[in-house]
Amino acid sequence: MRRYLAILSCALFFAILAYGVPDLPDLGDPDAPANKHVAQRYIEGSYTESGVPNIVTAVLANYRGYDTLGETAVIFTAGITVMLLIRRKWN
Amino acid sequence: MKAISVTEPVVETRSVTGSIICRTSASIMVPFILLWGLYVLIHGALGPGGGFQAGVILAAGFILHTAAFGLKETKKILPVKLVMVMASTGPLIYVGMGILAIIFGGNFLEYGALPLGHSPAEASKYGIEIVEVGIGLTVMAIMVSIFYDIALRKKVE
Repeated sequence: MRRYLAILSCALFFAILAYGVPDLPDLGDPDAPANKHVAQRYIEGSYTESGVPNIVTAVLANYRGYDTLGETAVIFTAGITVMLLIRRKWN
Repeated sequence: MKAISVTEPVVETRSVTGSIICRTSASIMVPFILLWGLYVLIHGALGPGGGFQAGVILAAGFILHTAAFGLKETKKILPVKLVMVMASTGPLIYVGMGILAIIFGGNFLEYGALPLGHSPAEASKYGIEIVEVGIGLTVMAIMVSIFYDIALRKKVE
């Protein structure tokens, strides 16, 4: 019974998501909301502001430096946690 | 059936190294993998790449070295204590760059305020590179550290 409920709920959520797909903007549509906000600023200004030709690196390390600092801290914390939990020998 | 205790480590001493084919190919491949990792790290500002990817590639080089030559040999090149120091140096470099930017009159992590190069854009280029090195160091050290932790569960010499 529970298995059928799970299958039914998965199918229901798939149907809801599939219903929303046609309303999504086309891939690379310049008028899409994702491309109208900061993307233009990144494309036009990232080289003169950050000095690196790679826009992805400019966004990752310069515009969203706080975010990347957090990511580094997450990886560091994960490693420390694994050390504390399963390390047997400290040398 | 023998029950395995959770607290007591399984003490089993045996020599684990790959075959001669594995060792020979690893001794050729490991330097190139490490060189490729450094290339990805430095090339991050110009093309695909960056600290996270480079860290994983560098760690893969050391893991291949362990698979071929055994943990004992790898720990001679990269001791566990050095790995822990490297893991904590990465965030230190990152936060240090942020604090340095404050000292030179900018906001936190505003690399343009650093007195590097001739223009704020050039300063921020160098800032990004230094920060990427910090990220790569942390990612590499943490990957190797997790691998050491899992490999050290069984006492393999």
